Amino acid sequence: MDIEKYIASGILELYVAGALSPEENLEVQHYAIEYPKIQQEIEAIEAALLEVTEKMSPGLSESTYNQIIAEIDDVIPFTPEVRKKKTLWTNYAGWAAALLFAIGMVWMYVGNQNLKTELQISSQQAENLKDEIIRVRTQITNTEETLKRLREKSISLVNLDGQDIAPESYAKVFWDQSRQMVVIDALGLPNPPVGYAYQVWSLMLNPLTPTSLGLLSDFEENEKRLFELENPNASEAFGITLEPAGGSKSPTLEQLYTLGQVSP
Amino acid sequence: MDLDALVRQFQKGDKTAFKDLYDRYAENICGVIHTIIKNRERSEELCQDVFVKIWENSASYDPSKGRFFTWILNIARNAAIDELRSKTHKNQKKNLQIHSLVDMIGEMDAIEDKPEAIGVKSLLKGLKEKCLLLIDLLYFRGYTQKEAAEELKAPVGTIKTRIRSCILQIRKNMKG
Repeated sequence: MDIEKYIASGILELYVAGALSPEENLEVQHYAIEYPKIQQEIEAIEAALLEVTEKMSPGLSESTYNQIIAEIDDVIPFTPEVRKKKTLWTNYAGWAAALLFAIGMVWMYVGNQNLKTELQISSQQAENLKDEIIRVRTQITNTEETLKRLREKSISLVNLDGQDIAPESYAKVFWDQSRQMVVIDALGLPNPPVGYAYQVWSLMLNPLTPTSLGLLSDFEENEKRLFELENPNASEAFGITLEPAGGSKSPTLEQLYTLGQVSP
Repeated sequence: MDLDALVRQFQKGDKTAFKDLYDRYAENICGVIHTIIKNRERSEELCQDVFVKIWENSASYDPSKGRFFTWILNIARNAAIDELRSKTHKNQKKNLQIHSLVDMIGEMDAIEDKPEAIGVKSLLKGLKEKCLLLIDLLYFRGYTQKEAAEELKAPVGTIKTRIRSCILQIRKNMKG
Protein backbone atom coordinates (compact mmCIF):
# COMPACT_ATOMS: atom_id res chain seq x y z
CA MET A 1 0.00 0.00 0.00
CA ASP A 2 1.31 3.41 -1.05
CA ILE A 3 0.70 5.54 2.05
CA GLU A 4 1.73 8.81 0.39
CA LYS A 5 -0.62 8.25 -2.51
CA TYR A 6 -3.44 7.34 -0.13
CA ILE A 7 -2.91 10.55 1.87
CA ALA A 8 -2.65 12.62 -1.31
CA SER A 9 -5.99 11.29 -2.57
CA GLY A 10 -7.86 13.63 -0.23
CA ILE A 11 -9.84 10.83 1.41
CA LEU A 12 -8.61 11.84 4.87
CA GLU A 13 -9.99 15.39 4.50
CA LEU A 14 -13.36 13.86 3.65
CA TYR A 15 -13.05 11.46 6.58
CA VAL A 16 -12.67 14.38 9.02
CA ALA A 17 -15.63 16.12 7.37
CA GLY A 18 -17.75 12.99 7.87
CA ALA A 19 -18.41 12.96 4.12
CA LEU A 20 -17.46 9.31 3.47
CA SER A 21 -19.63 6.22 3.27
CA PRO A 22 -19.58 3.89 6.32
CA GLU A 23 -17.43 1.40 4.36
CA GLU A 24 -14.86 4.08 3.45
CA ASN A 25 -14.88 5.25 7.06
CA LEU A 26 -13.96 1.78 8.25
CA GLU A 27 -11.24 1.55 5.63
CA VAL A 28 -9.67 4.82 6.77
CA GLN A 29 -9.83 3.74 10.42
CA HIS A 30 -8.24 0.44 9.58
CA TYR A 31 -5.33 2.17 7.84
CA ALA A 32 -5.04 4.77 10.61
CA ILE A 33 -4.45 1.99 13.13
CA GLU A 34 -2.06 0.18 10.81
CA TYR A 35 -0.06 3.22 9.64
CA PRO A 36 0.79 5.89 12.27
CA LYS A 37 1.55 8.33 9.46
CA ILE A 38 -2.07 8.22 8.35
CA GLN A 39 -3.23 8.77 11.93
CA GLN A 40 -0.88 11.79 12.18
CA GLU A 41 -2.20 13.18 8.93
CA ILE A 42 -5.81 12.84 10.12
CA GLU A 43 -4.95 14.72 13.30
CA ALA A 44 -3.20 17.47 11.30
CA ILE A 45 -6.23 17.90 9.05
CA GLU A 46 -8.49 18.05 12.10
CA ALA A 47 -6.18 20.61 13.70
CA ALA A 48 -6.50 22.81 10.61
CA LEU A 49 -10.25 22.58 10.77
CA LEU A 50 -10.20 23.33 14.50
CA GLU A 51 -8.11 26.38 13.77
CA VAL A 52 -10.55 27.67 11.16
CA THR A 53 -13.68 27.01 13.22
CA GLU A 54 -12.15 28.55 16.32
CA LYS A 55 -11.34 31.70 14.39
CA MET A 56 -14.95 31.84 13.25
CA SER A 57 -16.27 31.82 16.82
CA PRO A 58 -17.65 35.12 18.11
CA GLY A 59 -16.25 34.16 21.53
CA LEU A 60 -18.08 32.43 24.32
CA SER A 61 -18.85 34.06 27.64
CA GLU A 62 -17.70 32.52 30.91
CA SER A 63 -21.27 31.70 31.89
CA THR A 64 -21.97 29.50 28.90
CA TYR A 65 -20.67 26.29 30.47
CA ASN A 66 -22.54 26.94 33.73
CA GLN A 67 -25.74 27.41 31.78
CA ILE A 68 -25.15 24.08 30.02
CA ILE A 69 -24.54 22.33 33.35
CA ALA A 70 -27.63 23.95 34.83
CA GLU A 71 -29.68 22.65 31.93
CA ILE A 72 -28.15 19.19 32.15
CA ASP A 73 -28.77 18.99 35.90
CA ASP A 74 -32.30 20.18 35.38
CA VAL A 75 -32.81 17.18 33.16
CA ILE A 76 -33.49 13.94 34.98
CA PRO A 77 -30.08 12.74 36.23
CA PHE A 78 -28.72 9.81 34.33
CA THR A 79 -25.54 8.16 33.21
CA PRO A 80 -25.20 7.62 29.48
CA GLU A 81 -24.77 3.84 29.94
CA VAL A 82 -28.00 3.59 31.84
CA ARG A 83 -29.69 5.79 29.29
CA LYS A 84 -28.60 3.45 26.53
CA LYS A 85 -30.06 0.53 28.38
CA LYS A 86 -33.19 2.52 29.08
CA THR A 87 -33.64 3.20 25.40
CA LEU A 88 -33.15 -0.46 24.66
CA TRP A 89 -35.64 -1.35 27.36
CA THR A 90 -38.29 1.03 26.03
CA ASN A 91 -37.78 -0.38 22.55
CA TYR A 92 -38.75 -3.80 23.78
CA ALA A 93 -41.24 -2.72 26.40
CA GLY A 94 -44.07 -2.46 23.87
CA TRP A 95 -43.40 -5.92 22.54
CA ALA A 96 -42.95 -7.32 26.01
CA ALA A 97 -46.24 -5.78 27.08
CA ALA A 98 -47.97 -7.17 24.00
CA LEU A 99 -46.51 -10.60 24.66
CA LEU A 100 -47.52 -10.46 28.32
CA PHE A 101 -50.97 -9.34 27.27
CA ALA A 102 -51.25 -12.23 24.82
CA ILE A 103 -50.05 -14.72 27.44
CA GLY A 104 -52.49 -13.17 29.89
CA MET A 105 -55.33 -13.51 27.41
CA VAL A 106 -54.52 -17.17 26.76
CA TRP A 107 -54.19 -17.77 30.48
CA MET A 108 -57.53 -16.07 31.15
CA TYR A 109 -59.16 -17.99 28.31
CA VAL A 110 -57.87 -21.34 29.59
CA GLY A 111 -58.85 -20.35 33.13
CA ASN A 112 -62.29 -19.36 31.95
CA GLN A 113 -62.72 -22.63 30.05
CA ASN A 114 -61.65 -24.58 33.13
CA LEU A 115 -64.14 -22.66 35.26
CA LYS A 116 -66.87 -23.32 32.72
CA THR A 117 -66.05 -27.04 32.76
CA GLU A 118 -65.97 -27.04 36.56
CA LEU A 119 -69.27 -25.23 36.64
CA GLN A 120 -70.75 -27.79 34.27
CA ILE A 121 -69.45 -30.63 36.42
CA SER A 122 -70.78 -28.93 39.56
CA SER A 123 -74.21 -28.36 38.12
CA GLN A 124 -74.22 -31.94 36.83
CA GLN A 125 -73.34 -33.12 40.32
CA ALA A 126 -76.10 -30.96 41.76
CA GLU A 127 -78.51 -32.49 39.23
CA ASN A 128 -77.36 -35.96 40.22
CA LEU A 129 -77.78 -35.19 43.91
CA LYS A 130 -81.26 -33.85 43.24
CA ASP A 131 -82.13 -37.05 41.38
CA GLU A 132 -80.65 -39.06 44.22
CA ILE A 133 -82.77 -37.19 46.76
CA ILE A 134 -85.92 -37.78 44.69
CA ARG A 135 -85.01 -41.42 44.32
CA VAL A 136 -84.36 -41.87 48.06
CA ARG A 137 -87.56 -40.02 48.94
CA THR A 138 -89.52 -42.24 46.56
CA GLN A 139 -87.90 -45.30 48.14
CA ILE A 140 -88.79 -44.08 51.63
CA THR A 141 -92.37 -43.43 50.55
CA ASN A 142 -92.59 -46.87 48.95
CA THR A 143 -91.09 -48.53 52.02
CA GLU A 144 -93.42 -46.66 54.32
CA GLU A 145 -96.36 -47.65 52.19
CA THR A 146 -95.26 -51.26 52.13
CA LEU A 147 -94.79 -51.26 55.88
CA LYS A 148 -98.19 -49.64 56.36
CA ARG A 149 -99.81 -52.23 54.14
CA LEU A 150 -98.08 -55.15 55.85
CA ARG A 151 -99.38 -53.92 59.20
CA GLU A 152 -102.98 -53.86 58.07
CA LYS A 153 -105.36 -56.19 59.88
CA SER A 154 -106.46 -58.01 56.77
CA ILE A 155 -102.92 -59.18 56.02
CA SER A 156 -102.04 -62.74 56.85
CA LEU A 157 -98.43 -63.88 57.10
CA VAL A 158 -97.25 -67.18 55.69
CA ASN A 159 -93.76 -68.38 56.49
CA LEU A 160 -92.12 -70.43 53.74
CA ASP A 161 -89.38 -72.76 54.99
CA GLY A 162 -86.32 -73.98 53.17
CA GLN A 163 -86.67 -77.29 51.37
CA ASP A 164 -84.20 -80.12 50.59
CA ILE A 165 -82.37 -78.26 47.83
CA ALA A 166 -81.81 -75.17 50.01
CA PRO A 167 -82.54 -75.84 53.68
CA GLU A 168 -81.15 -72.48 54.80
CA SER A 169 -83.44 -70.46 52.60
CA TYR A 170 -86.74 -68.98 53.62
CA ALA A 171 -89.39 -66.51 52.48
CA LYS A 172 -92.44 -64.72 53.82
CA VAL A 173 -95.71 -64.16 52.07
CA PHE A 174 -97.93 -61.27 53.16
CA TRP A 175 -101.32 -62.01 51.74
CA ASP A 176 -103.92 -59.29 51.49
CA GLN A 177 -106.99 -61.31 50.73
CA SER A 178 -109.27 -58.30 50.39
CA ARG A 179 -107.12 -56.75 47.70
CA GLN A 180 -106.12 -60.17 46.30
CA MET A 181 -102.45 -59.27 46.46
CA VAL A 182 -99.42 -60.94 47.92
CA VAL A 183 -96.12 -59.35 48.88
CA ILE A 184 -93.28 -61.83 48.78
CA ASP A 185 -90.38 -61.08 51.14
CA ALA A 186 -87.59 -63.01 49.42
CA LEU A 187 -84.68 -61.77 51.56
CA GLY A 188 -83.96 -65.40 52.60
CA LEU A 189 -83.45 -66.65 49.04
CA PRO A 190 -80.04 -66.79 47.35
CA ASN A 191 -79.52 -64.96 44.05
CA PRO A 192 -80.77 -67.14 41.19
CA PRO A 193 -78.14 -68.45 38.74
CA VAL A 194 -77.88 -66.71 35.37
CA GLY A 195 -80.68 -67.81 33.05
CA TYR A 196 -82.99 -68.82 35.93
CA ALA A 197 -85.69 -67.05 37.95
CA TYR A 198 -87.83 -67.78 41.02
CA GLN A 199 -91.44 -68.53 40.30
CA VAL A 200 -94.14 -68.24 42.99
CA TRP A 201 -96.92 -70.74 43.15
CA SER A 202 -100.27 -70.78 44.92
CA LEU A 203 -101.11 -74.30 45.93
CA MET A 204 -104.32 -76.21 46.63
CA LEU A 205 -103.39 -79.25 48.65
CA ASN A 206 -106.15 -81.73 47.97
CA PRO A 207 -105.48 -82.60 45.28
CA LEU A 208 -102.16 -80.79 44.86
CA THR A 209 -102.87 -78.07 42.29
CA PRO A 210 -100.23 -75.37 41.61
CA THR A 211 -101.17 -72.04 40.10
CA SER A 212 -98.43 -69.66 39.01
CA LEU A 213 -98.56 -66.20 40.60
CA GLY A 214 -95.62 -64.95 38.59
CA LEU A 215 -91.88 -64.51 38.65
CA LEU A 216 -89.69 -62.65 41.13
CA SER A 217 -88.34 -60.65 38.19
CA ASP A 218 -85.17 -58.44 38.44
CA PHE A 219 -84.37 -60.29 41.66
CA GLU A 220 -80.91 -58.84 42.21
CA GLU A 221 -81.92 -55.29 41.33
CA ASN A 222 -84.69 -55.33 43.92
CA GLU A 223 -82.56 -54.52 46.94
CA LYS A 224 -85.37 -54.96 49.47
CA ARG A 225 -86.34 -58.26 47.89
CA LEU A 226 -90.03 -57.34 48.23
CA PHE A 227 -92.17 -58.42 45.29
CA GLU A 228 -95.83 -57.64 44.82
CA LEU A 229 -97.95 -60.17 42.91
CA GLU A 230 -101.68 -60.66 42.30
CA ASN A 231 -103.31 -63.64 43.97
CA PRO A 232 -106.98 -64.15 43.24
CA ASN A 233 -106.77 -67.78 44.43
CA ALA A 234 -108.07 -69.40 47.58
CA SER A 235 -104.51 -70.51 48.39
CA GLU A 236 -103.79 -73.21 50.96
CA ALA A 237 -100.03 -73.00 50.60
CA PHE A 238 -97.33 -71.09 48.75
CA GLY A 239 -94.17 -72.42 47.16
CA ILE A 240 -91.22 -70.91 45.33
CA THR A 241 -89.29 -72.89 42.73
CA LEU A 242 -86.28 -72.06 40.54
CA GLU A 243 -87.29 -72.13 36.89
CA PRO A 244 -85.63 -71.26 33.61
CA ALA A 245 -85.88 -67.51 32.90
CA GLY A 246 -89.38 -66.71 31.66
CA GLY A 247 -90.95 -69.29 33.97
CA SER A 248 -92.61 -72.69 33.55
CA LYS A 249 -96.23 -73.87 33.20
CA SER A 250 -95.87 -76.26 36.11
CA PRO A 251 -93.39 -76.15 38.97
CA THR A 252 -90.15 -78.13 38.83
CA LEU A 253 -90.50 -79.79 42.21
CA GLU A 254 -86.83 -80.83 42.30
CA GLN A 255 -86.08 -77.11 42.39
CA LEU A 256 -88.55 -76.25 45.18
CA TYR A 257 -86.70 -73.80 47.42
CA THR A 258 -89.31 -72.85 49.95
CA LEU A 259 -92.74 -73.97 50.89
CA GLY A 260 -95.28 -72.92 53.53
CA GLN A 261 -98.86 -73.63 54.46
CA VAL A 262 -101.48 -71.01 55.15
CA SER A 263 -102.61 -71.41 58.67
CA PRO A 264 -106.27 -72.27 58.87
CA MET B 1 -5.47 12.38 29.35
CA ASP B 2 -5.49 11.48 25.68
CA LEU B 3 -8.57 12.17 23.62
CA ASP B 4 -9.76 8.55 23.34
CA ALA B 5 -9.62 8.06 27.12
CA LEU B 6 -11.36 11.39 27.66
CA VAL B 7 -14.17 10.44 25.31
CA ARG B 8 -14.55 7.06 27.01
CA GLN B 9 -14.83 8.76 30.41
CA PHE B 10 -17.36 11.19 28.99
CA GLN B 11 -19.41 8.33 27.59
CA LYS B 12 -19.49 6.81 31.07
CA GLY B 13 -21.19 10.02 32.26
CA ASP B 14 -18.12 11.69 33.74
CA LYS B 15 -18.84 15.43 33.97
CA THR B 16 -15.19 16.35 34.42
CA ALA B 17 -14.41 14.68 31.11
CA PHE B 18 -17.36 16.51 29.60
CA LYS B 19 -15.96 19.82 30.88
CA ASP B 20 -12.57 18.99 29.36
CA LEU B 21 -14.18 18.25 26.01
CA TYR B 22 -16.18 21.45 26.26
CA ASP B 23 -13.02 23.46 26.90
CA ARG B 24 -11.37 21.77 23.99
CA TYR B 25 -14.15 22.21 21.42
CA ALA B 26 -16.66 24.85 22.57
CA GLU B 27 -15.15 27.66 20.49
CA ASN B 28 -15.00 25.43 17.42
CA ILE B 29 -18.61 24.36 17.78
CA CYS B 30 -19.71 27.91 18.34
CA GLY B 31 -17.62 28.99 15.35
CA VAL B 32 -19.35 26.46 13.10
CA ILE B 33 -22.78 27.59 14.28
CA HIS B 34 -21.88 31.25 13.94
CA THR B 35 -20.58 30.72 10.41
CA ILE B 36 -23.86 29.09 9.40
CA ILE B 37 -26.46 31.27 11.13
CA LYS B 38 -24.47 34.54 11.32
CA ASN B 39 -26.14 35.70 14.51
CA ARG B 40 -23.82 36.20 17.43
CA GLU B 41 -26.30 35.94 20.34
CA ARG B 42 -28.35 33.20 18.82
CA SER B 43 -25.25 31.19 18.00
CA GLU B 44 -24.18 31.27 21.64
CA GLU B 45 -27.60 29.95 22.69
CA LEU B 46 -27.46 27.28 20.03
CA CYS B 47 -23.96 26.37 21.12
CA GLN B 48 -25.31 25.70 24.61
CA ASP B 49 -28.12 23.58 23.18
CA VAL B 50 -25.63 21.60 21.13
CA PHE B 51 -23.49 20.76 24.17
CA VAL B 52 -26.59 19.67 26.10
CA LYS B 53 -27.41 17.43 23.12
CA ILE B 54 -23.85 16.09 23.06
CA TRP B 55 -24.16 15.18 26.74
CA GLU B 56 -27.59 13.63 26.37
CA ASN B 57 -26.60 11.60 23.31
CA SER B 58 -23.14 10.61 24.48
CA ALA B 59 -24.02 6.92 24.25
CA SER B 60 -24.80 7.22 20.56
CA TYR B 61 -21.25 8.23 19.65
CA ASP B 62 -19.56 5.25 18.02
CA PRO B 63 -15.77 5.69 17.62
CA SER B 64 -15.79 3.16 14.78
CA LYS B 65 -17.86 5.60 12.72
CA GLY B 66 -15.47 8.51 12.89
CA ARG B 67 -13.62 11.10 14.93
CA PHE B 68 -15.24 12.58 18.04
CA PHE B 69 -14.93 16.07 16.58
CA THR B 70 -16.59 14.88 13.38
CA TRP B 71 -19.48 13.62 15.50
CA ILE B 72 -20.00 16.88 17.42
CA LEU B 73 -19.42 18.89 14.25
CA ASN B 74 -22.31 17.00 12.70
CA ILE B 75 -24.57 17.71 15.69
CA ALA B 76 -23.63 21.42 15.57
CA ARG B 77 -24.22 21.94 11.86
CA ASN B 78 -27.52 20.03 11.97
CA ALA B 79 -28.72 22.28 14.79
CA ALA B 80 -27.58 25.40 12.92
CA ILE B 81 -29.12 24.34 9.62
CA ASP B 82 -32.39 23.52 11.41
CA GLU B 83 -32.32 26.99 12.92
CA LEU B 84 -31.71 28.50 9.52
CA ARG B 85 -34.58 26.52 7.98
CA SER B 86 -37.09 27.54 10.67
CA LYS B 87 -35.97 31.18 10.30
CA THR B 88 -36.23 31.06 6.53
CA HIS B 89 -39.63 29.51 6.91
CA LYS B 90 -40.72 32.53 8.93
CA ASN B 91 -39.12 34.99 6.54
CA GLN B 92 -39.34 33.64 3.02
CA LYS B 93 -37.44 36.58 1.58
CA LYS B 94 -34.15 35.31 2.97
CA ASN B 95 -32.12 33.24 0.59
CA LEU B 96 -30.92 29.88 1.88
CA GLN B 97 -28.53 29.34 -1.00
CA ILE B 98 -25.96 31.78 0.33
CA HIS B 99 -22.63 30.20 1.17
CA SER B 100 -21.76 30.86 4.76
CA LEU B 101 -18.01 30.87 4.67
CA VAL B 102 -17.77 32.91 1.47
CA ASP B 103 -20.28 35.35 2.95
CA MET B 104 -18.47 35.49 6.20
CA ILE B 105 -15.16 36.31 4.58
CA GLY B 106 -16.92 38.95 2.50
CA GLU B 107 -18.42 40.48 5.63
CA MET B 108 -15.06 40.43 7.31
CA ASP B 109 -13.54 42.27 4.39
CA ALA B 110 -15.99 45.05 5.19
CA ILE B 111 -15.02 45.22 8.86
CA GLU B 112 -11.34 44.70 8.56
CA ASP B 113 -10.38 46.31 11.81
CA LYS B 114 -11.74 43.43 13.95
CA PRO B 115 -8.91 41.32 15.39
CA GLU B 116 -10.79 38.06 14.84
CA ALA B 117 -11.36 39.02 11.22
CA ILE B 118 -7.68 39.56 10.79
CA GLY B 119 -7.04 36.12 12.25
CA VAL B 120 -9.42 34.42 9.85
CA LYS B 121 -8.08 36.36 6.93
CA SER B 122 -4.53 35.35 7.58
CA LEU B 123 -5.58 31.76 8.05
CA LEU B 124 -7.50 31.65 4.81
CA LYS B 125 -4.92 33.67 2.91
CA GLY B 126 -4.38 32.51 -0.63
CA LEU B 127 -7.52 30.30 -0.67
CA LYS B 128 -9.57 30.69 -3.82
CA GLU B 129 -13.36 31.03 -3.67
CA LYS B 130 -13.54 27.47 -5.02
CA CYS B 131 -11.82 26.34 -1.83
CA LEU B 132 -14.02 28.37 0.49
CA LEU B 133 -17.08 27.01 -1.27
CA LEU B 134 -15.88 23.43 -0.95
CA ILE B 135 -14.87 23.83 2.72
CA ASP B 136 -18.29 25.34 3.34
CA LEU B 137 -20.14 22.44 1.70
CA LEU B 138 -18.10 19.65 3.26
CA TYR B 139 -17.39 20.98 6.74
CA PHE B 140 -20.14 23.48 7.43
CA ARG B 141 -23.04 22.03 5.44
CA GLY B 142 -22.38 18.34 5.91
CA TYR B 143 -22.49 17.46 2.22
CA THR B 144 -21.25 14.00 1.26
CA GLN B 145 -18.49 13.84 -1.39
CA LYS B 146 -21.13 12.79 -3.93
CA GLU B 147 -23.46 15.67 -3.05
CA ALA B 148 -20.58 18.13 -3.17
CA ALA B 149 -19.55 16.77 -6.57
CA GLU B 150 -23.10 17.25 -7.87
CA GLU B 151 -23.37 20.75 -6.39
CA LEU B 152 -20.09 21.88 -7.92
CA LYS B 153 -20.56 19.86 -11.12
CA ALA B 154 -17.18 18.20 -10.75
CA PRO B 155 -16.10 14.53 -10.50
CA VAL B 156 -15.67 13.05 -7.02
CA GLY B 157 -11.95 12.58 -7.69
CA THR B 158 -11.57 16.30 -8.34
CA ILE B 159 -13.47 17.13 -5.16
CA LYS B 160 -11.07 14.98 -3.15
CA THR B 161 -7.86 16.40 -4.58
CA ARG B 162 -9.20 19.93 -4.35
CA ILE B 163 -10.16 19.71 -0.68
CA ARG B 164 -6.73 18.18 -0.08
CA SER B 165 -4.96 21.19 -1.55
CA CYS B 166 -7.31 23.65 0.21
CA ILE B 167 -6.63 22.20 3.64
CA LEU B 168 -2.93 21.99 2.87
CA GLN B 169 -2.95 25.72 2.16
CA ILE B 170 -4.57 26.39 5.56
CA ARG B 171 -1.96 24.20 7.24
CA LYS B 172 0.74 26.19 5.50
CA ASN B 173 -0.87 29.45 6.65
CA MET B 174 -1.02 28.12 10.21
CA LYS B 175 2.75 27.68 10.26
CA GLY B 176 2.89 31.34 9.27
